[in-house]
Amino acid sequence: MTKELWKGNEAVAEAAVRAGLHAYFGYPITPQTELLEYLAKRMVELDRVFLQAESELAAINMVYGAGSTGARAMTSSSSPGVSLMQEGISYIVASGVPCVLVDMMRGGPGLGNIAPSQADYFQLVKGGGHGDYHPLVLAPASVQEAVDLTYEAFDLAMKYRSVVIIAADGAIGQMMEPVELPPMRDIEPKDQGWELGGAIGRDRRIITSIGLEPAELEQINLTVQARQALMQAAEVRYVERWTDDADLVVVAFGTAARVAQSAVREMRERGLKVGLFRPISLWPFPTEQLAQIAKKVKRFLVVEMNAGQMVEDVRLAVGSEPSVAFFGKMGGLVPMPEEILERIEALELVPVGS
Amino acid sequence: MLTDAMEIVWQRPSSLTPALTHYCPGCGHGIINRLVGEVIDELGIRETTIGVASVGCSVFAYNYFDCDFAEAAHGRAPAMATGIKRVRPDRTVFTYQGDGDLASIGTAEIVHAAARGENITVIFVNNAVYGMTGGQMAPTSLPGMKTTSSPFGRDVHRAGFPIRMSEMLATLDGTSYIVRRSTHDPGNVNKTKKAIKTAFQTQINGLGFSLVEILSACPVNWNLTAEEALHYVEEKLVPYYPLGDLKVAETVKNMSVR
Repeated sequence: MTKELWKGNEAVAEAAVRAGLHAYFGYPITPQTELLEYLAKRMVELDRVFLQAESELAAINMVYGAGSTGARAMTSSSSPGVSLMQEGISYIVASGVPCVLVDMMRGGPGLGNIAPSQADYFQLVKGGGHGDYHPLVLAPASVQEAVDLTYEAFDLAMKYRSVVIIAADGAIGQMMEPVELPPMRDIEPKDQGWELGGAIGRDRRIITSIGLEPAELEQINLTVQARQALMQAAEVRYVERWTDDADLVVVAFGTAARVAQSAVREMRERGLKVGLFRPISLWPFPTEQLAQIAKKVKRFLVVEMNAGQMVEDVRLAVGSEPSVAFFGKMGGLVPMPEEILERIEALELVPVGS
Repeated sequence: MLTDAMEIVWQRPSSLTPALTHYCPGCGHGIINRLVGEVIDELGIRETTIGVASVGCSVFAYNYFDCDFAEAAHGRAPAMATGIKRVRPDRTVFTYQGDGDLASIGTAEIVHAAARGENITVIFVNNAVYGMTGGQMAPTSLPGMKTTSSPFGRDVHRAGFPIRMSEMLATLDGTSYIVRRSTHDPGNVNKTKKAIKTAFQTQINGLGFSLVEILSACPVNWNLTAEEALHYVEEKLVPYYPLGDLKVAETVKNMSVR
């Protein structure tokens, strides 16, 4: 397969099409708008459903409806739009409706700006709506990885009857990189026994998130928790580099990890034992894997494009003994490798052989 | 036990479940549920219909209709129905919404579904009050109407004016069939049923957005007896919300009906 140069937003859109996307509903917001624009053309050409909704609220609820029939449905947005979608995400998770959401994160809070950010970590990973739940959250660090995760996301959504979120950022959405696109899949819808489609020769089915009796609502919650337990058992994803002998491990995801990797590589070239740990699944978080590393490594540096939202999860994983430092940029600023290098230098590592 | 000598003269529509409803005595929802059930029966579309319930007293509609159903978030039923209809255009999709849901929190969703001409049917029950939460002022509450959140009567200088949703929606090019009916007496109940049937037929014929607004009594939250509440509909609601056809597209007038 040859690689082609693709813009992140358009590559993610094409990956969704090839994964069998049946219906897309979206609303324009920078820096994800090219995703919507690409599908406005592509979906119509393929005689599939494309609809520009009147708001992100409507878009997520259209996805809720389409997903209720078992169709592969998706929406995409950026941070302020995702805030609006939180209501729908809570309902969708409670109802066990599969769908995919792409968040090309931008600077916040408030209207913020259109520059790349990772400040949606809390609202994506911690269950940003009401009630107890976590969606499956996957964070790509390149356009290729965004393509691969989006392509797989629909199967994961169906498997766990959950919302699967691709947590990328404006940098990944806007930049062009060589990518290898996956083959076009022909999805033959198979009835799983819960989808709405008309009660022809069977009992009626109901997609709902209400459980007025507390015992009934507890059951809905237990079902959600059981689905999450399956995800925790099977969907933890991460990448480790140079952690085996590390004195210090940098923990970062997405674009921040990409930048951090340059700094870590430079440190290795200088003979310093620095490693990199990159969670790909932000939920479920690779807690066990980090805990294993913390048995040997006593210093961690978390690098994020926010005020340190993932630091809480790293601290929970490594326990109270290791030191956990943080370096982050807010407001849509992306850290430079040199800045990360300075931070690592400030932690005063001893070079190999000295 | 039915014997040969006996004849069924009245029964529950097969599109309704035997469930006991949660509706209060004198409430119009029971009548309207039944009318929708009868229409679905008569059109023979129970197995190909998907309903979308909303939030408010209509929240348990899915318990009462024997067809596939989704329960939407507050105000979002038209968006959810849009999602369903777009991927299943071969199915009949209807929402069942109250005035708090449709005319307040869900105004954006209903206006844009109508503007797009979504080929769905909306059953809009207007009782001028938030019933489920205990009788607060609705966007449709009449000027001077006493509710638990307008205890001195709706003061239009502070709380604004009621919204005539059907008139508003009828101005949109995307709509095909917008009518207002009432349930305060048997004659009007029959007219309501006919309108519901026309609305469903509009959708079945692929003619676009149809909505039937139905004035309905809420005696408990109006602090009236069931009988007084019916008079209230006739004497207070109907003058503010005139009954009639607000928009019937030529295509709907000329459609062939089964």
